[in-house]
Amino acid sequence: MSNKIKIFTNGLYKENAIFYQLLGMCPTLAVTTSAINGLGMGLATTAVLVLSNVVIALLRNFIPNKIRIPSFIVVIATFVTIAGMIMEGFLPVLYANLGIFVPLIVVNCLILGRAESFAYNNGVFDSLLDGLGMGLGFALALTILGSVREILGAGSIFGVSLFSANFQPVLMMILPPGAFLALGILMAINNKYKSSRV
Amino acid sequence: METTSIFVLLVSSIFVNNFVLSRFLGICPFLGVSKQVDTAIGMGMAVTFVMTLAGVITYLVQKFILVQFNIEYLQIVAFILVIASLVQFVEIVLQKISPTLYQALGVFLPLITTNCAVLGLALLNIDDNLNLIQTIFRSMGAAIGFALAIVLFAGIREKIELSDVPKPFKGFPIALVTASLMSIAFLGFQGLV
Repeated sequence: MSNKIKIFTNGLYKENAIFYQLLGMCPTLAVTTSAINGLGMGLATTAVLVLSNVVIALLRNFIPNKIRIPSFIVVIATFVTIAGMIMEGFLPVLYANLGIFVPLIVVNCLILGRAESFAYNNGVFDSLLDGLGMGLGFALALTILGSVREILGAGSIFGVSLFSANFQPVLMMILPPGAFLALGILMAINNKYKSSRV
Repeated sequence: METTSIFVLLVSSIFVNNFVLSRFLGICPFLGVSKQVDTAIGMGMAVTFVMTLAGVITYLVQKFILVQFNIEYLQIVAFILVIASLVQFVEIVLQKISPTLYQALGVFLPLITTNCAVLGLALLNIDDNLNLIQTIFRSMGAAIGFALAIVLFAGIREKIELSDVPKPFKGFPIALVTASLMSIAFLGFQGLV
């Protein structure tokens, strides 16, 4: 049992996709202009990751080794298409905000990476846990980054205003340079924290 | 199509809407293969080639297959397959025609399949309702913009290697801060077009 929990928690912090593996950087930087966008993107990616992990684990004995990458991509693309349609129908505002980055979940290296390194070699339940852990870790990192940028760049969090009208937001934080800067500094803080603990 | 608007499209996709620094497409190879200028040039060339071709071919696929048969919902699957086979094709041809270039590009070629700049470009071209000529120039511009950004970035990173960086910032954090400064510089092109 503890083994199963470990698979799950692994992705949450210890091998967090963004802070440790640097996978899936494009959506990370592009959509985190606000906390809610980050969370939405994170959860959409989690859903696709869990489903594709499960399907690939189910099919792992049927997919020939040589054409595994194209097969993975087709499975992932199918789930991304479904996720995109569901979001368009039920969450049109979020869908419009995320824009081109919804279809681009297909080429998120995190998903292909987990398919290749975990789901292709492990059972269905383990792959489900792995997908859930990795996905939620990704969503958590995106939400943190989105919150930081939204607080500094717009003076609000999840759309709720935090400061009085006198607050002058740092517009740059929600422009492209702010994305690189915020992630770089968050990573440095994380490194500092890690080295002080050892 | 008048030549001026083509020129504007080209300049705007190279500088103003630079794929890497203002649209955040293709960040993975941008951060991953930019430690040395040589490899960055190789990657830039390979991507330029594939992106230009992929932009045009996906346009034709959309126009003559997907729309024709009313199966636009298969767009993502179709495009990614086109890109994957294109990369494979380029690999095979290059191996025959120019083994030296093939050797130089090496591992970067297969990596291009999962470069979101390529798929992103294909989807953006369709979203923006460009015609064939505009598609060709937009694709070229975007590809050149990517190559330009990655080569400049690699040049800066080579210098950073030699300087004294605070310990928590070593590696990726300082690279991200550098990218942020470059992105500010590219914001300066905003009023150009």
